[in-house]
Amino acid sequence: MSEPAEESADSGAAPEPPDIDLPSDAFDAVLDALSDHTPGDPLRFEGFSVAPDLRGDIDEDRYVLADGDRRTGLTEGELHEALAERAPAVTDWYAFERVVGEFGPRRAFLRWLEDADGATVATRYAALAEGIERAWGELRITATLTDRGERRYDVRHADDAGVSVDELDAHEDPLDARDLVRYDEQGRYRPLKTAPSLAGGWVFPELGPRDAYEAVETIYPATVANWHREREGELDVNHWRETMARQSGIYGVVKTWDRGEGYEHVNWVAEACCDDSQCLKRREWEYDDETDLDVDGGDGAFPCREPCSVVVSAARKWTRLESEQPRTYEFELTPSEKEQVEDIIDAVADGRIDEIREADTKEGANRYRTRFLRAKLFDGDGNLAGVPTEPDENDEE
Amino acid sequence: MQSLVIVAHGSHLNPESSAPTYDHADTIRATGAFDEVKTGFWKEEPHFREVLRTVEGDEIYVVPLFVSEGYFTEQVIPRELRLDGWDVAEWDSDGLSADQATLVAEDIDREVHYCGPVGTHRAMTDVIVRRAESVTGDPDVGDDFGLAVVGHGTERNENSAKAIEYHADRIAERDRFDEVRALYMDEDPEVDDLPEFFESDDVVLVPLFIADGYHTQEDIPEDVGLCEDYTEGYDVPTEVDGTRIWYAGAVGTEPLMADVVLERAADAGADLGAALDDVRETTRVATGD
Ligand code: SF4
Repeated sequence: MSEPAEESADSGAAPEPPDIDLPSDAFDAVLDALSDHTPGDPLRFEGFSVAPDLRGDIDEDRYVLADGDRRTGLTEGELHEALAERAPAVTDWYAFERVVGEFGPRRAFLRWLEDADGATVATRYAALAEGIERAWGELRITATLTDRGERRYDVRHADDAGVSVDELDAHEDPLDARDLVRYDEQGRYRPLKTAPSLAGGWVFPELGPRDAYEAVETIYPATVANWHREREGELDVNHWRETMARQSGIYGVVKTWDRGEGYEHVNWVAEACCDDSQCLKRREWEYDDETDLDVDGGDGAFPCREPCSVVVSAARKWTRLESEQPRTYEFELTPSEKEQVEDIIDAVADGRIDEIREADTKEGANRYRTRFLRAKLFDGDGNLAGVPTEPDENDEE
Repeated sequence: MQSLVIVAHGSHLNPESSAPTYDHADTIRATGAFDEVKTGFWKEEPHFREVLRTVEGDEIYVVPLFVSEGYFTEQVIPRELRLDGWDVAEWDSDGLSADQATLVAEDIDREVHYCGPVGTHRAMTDVIVRRAESVTGDPDVGDDFGLAVVGHGTERNENSAKAIEYHADRIAERDRFDEVRALYMDEDPEVDDLPEFFESDDVVLVPLFIADGYHTQEDIPEDVGLCEDYTEGYDVPTEVDGTRIWYAGAVGTEPLMADVVLERAADAGADLGAALDDVRETTRVATGD
């Protein structure tokens, strides 16, 4: 049972909500809603409700306020006074019913940010006054409250948590985010927006609710929409098989990669592309609806409902590459050279080459070490250990 | 609530590919004609598969930012948007006349108006002319100038050649340029031999492409002989075999393209108020016919 907001401060352990001035737009919205009101269905706020008082003369609008007691015959001025005393509940109603609006993903996301479906207004307002922080991919979203009960959101890279706004590149228009997500820290194009390579250094310091949602959906497109569907139990997952079967044109070939006798190749794809180190979506798609992959889907806040276009494109390449038959090549490598080859593969696969210091020759993937290996082992045509890729007899199995 | 969804190809490799889509979306957003303007991509995000679930409105207009009817507009986009019951016959098109089809998108269980591509709309003719004006810096360009409209030939897509010819013919009818020709990248008349097809000393070359990328930045400049290697760049104009070629780059980057997007939506029933006039004004179109 929830108590009226203005009384909760008395209950000792409850957090102290901040003082809120009832803004006129919120009060006007209440009057507006009351004028449209269906009899028998009062306007509900946390801890009380308001309805037009339909008894008696109608030369002036009168209202009823019920909060356990019933106060009838309130004039507009008296109603204003009563609502001003309950400004947290009224501004909370206004924020979600009038500012945020009905659109499912936006509403659910903004309510989730402040746990509006769990915590009371008093608890939330006290928490918002302090600032409520949430993570979304690499984002840090901090929700706060003005003294008029309006939400404000600070959206930035988690790495920039605690950095003062003055030191960051500040933006107001959520669509500016399109330019913030295009390149990584090193200026490389990011084809997959949920790759964990979002560059920092910027902030949206004071977004309103709609713009906050818009910024998040611009940085991580459709993630809120899919997260919302998942929460509603309506996420439409399309597994690997059906997604590949749907492809056409130059991608039509990918369906030939599934030969019915196993899904190991898809494990490898998921490990290569969908691991949390490569993509922040939590992979929910599997091989097909009966066969789960053996690779973990990750811990992301938002789900991945089908193999994305980057994965489909890569799968097209692998379909061709994997149609080749293995051959036996003979190379002579020292044990350290074999390990060095492994180090190089690891370093490239983990995106670590930039971290390996120029003179750190202990690292197998060090540039000097690698150049030495090439100088020693490649022939003039770039063949490893002088062994040609195609055997002289060009017979294919 | 009226929504516009612009769908385009996008790219995994080229960061500029989405730029015209975003720019035109911004131009249209600024007119206020739609309650929301969304963008969706084949190779970027939100993907065609997921863009509709980000749309709030109930009057939804989907406009493909593609140059011609064909594989993408007829197969890929309707399939990925999950337009229930889509059949290309819905458009009843001769390859140029697709206007719109109203179908339920299964993804959101709401109707969408699926429009024909921008490239075949008659308003596109004005954009090509406008592009010639922009690249020459002359709002009256025409006299003593030739105009070449360039695209893929039929090898890639039969309708691509149709769209090029359609606009070239319409521009020729206006008697504005001394000569107008449709040229192709992979068939005759080939853009490689451009100087052979024109008598004019000056020719504006407008590629009918949506975004700048491999074809418009590497292929065509090298094929035409504007440069040996695209990385060296080229001047506008550049003289090739006695013809000064004013290379315009992708027509889709011209701001007036926003007008064609709006025209598509309007043809499908969108209520645009003064938006068409606004866009023509802000992108400063030359007076059309
Ligand atoms: S398919 Fe894999 S890489 Fe692509 S979005 Fe989903 S989880 Fe990420």
